[in-house]
Amino acid sequence: MTDLTRRSFLKAAGIGGMTLAAGWTAAARSSEKAHVVVVGGGSGGATAAKYVKRFAPEMQVTLIEPKATYHTCYGSNWVLGGHATMDDIEQTYGALKERHGVNVVQDTVTEVDPERRTVTTAGGATMNYDRLIMSPGIDFRYGAVPGITEADAERVPHAWKAGEQTVLLRRQLEAMPDGGVFVIVAPGNPFRCPPGPYERASMAAHYFKQAKPRSKILILDNKENFSKQGLFMAGWDEHYGDMIEWLPSSEGGQVEEIDVATLTAYSDGGFGEFKADVLNYIPPQQAGVIAQRSGLTGDGLWCPVDGKTFESTIHAGIYVIGDSCVAGAMPKSGHSANNQGKVAAVAVIRDLAGLEPETASTANTCYSLITPDHAISVAGVYAYQDGDIVSVEGAGGVSPAHAPAPIRRMEAIYTKGWYTGIVGDIWG
Amino acid sequence: MMKPVFRIAAGGAMVLACGLVGSQAMADAGREAMITSSCFSCHSIDATGNMPNLVGYPRDLMISQMQMFSNGSRPSTIMDRIARGYSEADYVVMADYFATIEQ
Repeated sequence: MTDLTRRSFLKAAGIGGMTLAAGWTAAARSSEKAHVVVVGGGSGGATAAKYVKRFAPEMQVTLIEPKATYHTCYGSNWVLGGHATMDDIEQTYGALKERHGVNVVQDTVTEVDPERRTVTTAGGATMNYDRLIMSPGIDFRYGAVPGITEADAERVPHAWKAGEQTVLLRRQLEAMPDGGVFVIVAPGNPFRCPPGPYERASMAAHYFKQAKPRSKILILDNKENFSKQGLFMAGWDEHYGDMIEWLPSSEGGQVEEIDVATLTAYSDGGFGEFKADVLNYIPPQQAGVIAQRSGLTGDGLWCPVDGKTFESTIHAGIYVIGDSCVAGAMPKSGHSANNQGKVAAVAVIRDLAGLEPETASTANTCYSLITPDHAISVAGVYAYQDGDIVSVEGAGGVSPAHAPAPIRRMEAIYTKGWYTGIVGDIWG
Repeated sequence: MMKPVFRIAAGGAMVLACGLVGSQAMADAGREAMITSSCFSCHSIDATGNMPNLVGYPRDLMISQMQMFSNGSRPSTIMDRIARGYSEADYVVMADYFATIEQ
């Protein structure tokens, strides 16, 4: 707000400059001229930017995101299954700019200075912020398994950040001969999108069943159980017979080494040897690199936050949302990130206005397709309690077991509806 | 566009710092913003998805529907699981808000 319009605002409010209490002047100035910078234009960051403007249109909001367009991870398994296109999961920043007044900057943040409250970008810009919201997503921990590095992602795609990697894995699946083996290496907890590897297996099976029915899918898992496990397994049994096999860590699923040249995964000291025709290695994960570089992860891999506001417990004035933060009972999902973006927006605005923090209330909804007409879901409602984010007792949970086909079909219709709804809420 | 929009920034600060009673009202606005914006994740405010549109939803109907989802008397695929996460007071907050907004 310029000085002129600021004076008009005060006049309109019926308050003479002379009678202003010093505290009010400070509060008003901070919220009127406040600059909120958001790092990362995914589900968390784009939501936070939009909702700061929705709740407090007078604030200046800058969203910094490296990509001109964004492909959602949710929905990317449908592309692998051949019943959605990359265009279907592509989101843009036009509405944030034009409809909501967010200043969208296409650049990469390379440095955050929490003392001076500045961010620096690869493009050479340095920007001051009053409050910073960071939603940098995940980074991969290549190095956890010998034999494979990030440079091998062309040959062995992770496809765990949607975009070129999704296209690459789809091409590999298309090129795979009938009777081939598609091996998915699933990480241990916590990681982005807990049901993702299993929906991926389902979607690959859906494609194979039509195009190459003698093929197999093997999931080598670095854990003993997984999200919506009973529902997935029942669905696999119903639709795909024995096409999908899942090996938990205790039964040879814990991959210890990968030979990229032969697409072979090894477990149990070499006792387990799994040769793939297409190998999808989903590495273990940690908070996005800029969060680590800014010290926001402390001694760990993820960013600790105050569960009430999502403000970093390490650096005041910085709020961390989405997959990169430690959010108690909330899973690392796009829906969680979206809800956390709203919490951070409320928290930042109230903090700048000198108001007491409002207590977070969030929800998560996550649909997975087993076939395009058979979906299952998990939901959760979360509250802040005794310093932590907990599931509200009696709420949430997974779809019922043994539900009739029309219910599964209804959930499949809602899966697509959820997608359209939430991307509208985030980028629309 | 919806109206009225949530405004919890400058206006709130002004009321508070002028020493007027207003802190409770602002706290309520914060809670209202927090709960109802969560609904918009699926029930897009622009009605883009296929979930029921909540904008302008009749107040009393909203409360009774949430009660029926919660106690299982209205069958659903997922809203029963979600409705049980909120209190009766939350239902009223949601209902009051959705009834007043317009597309």
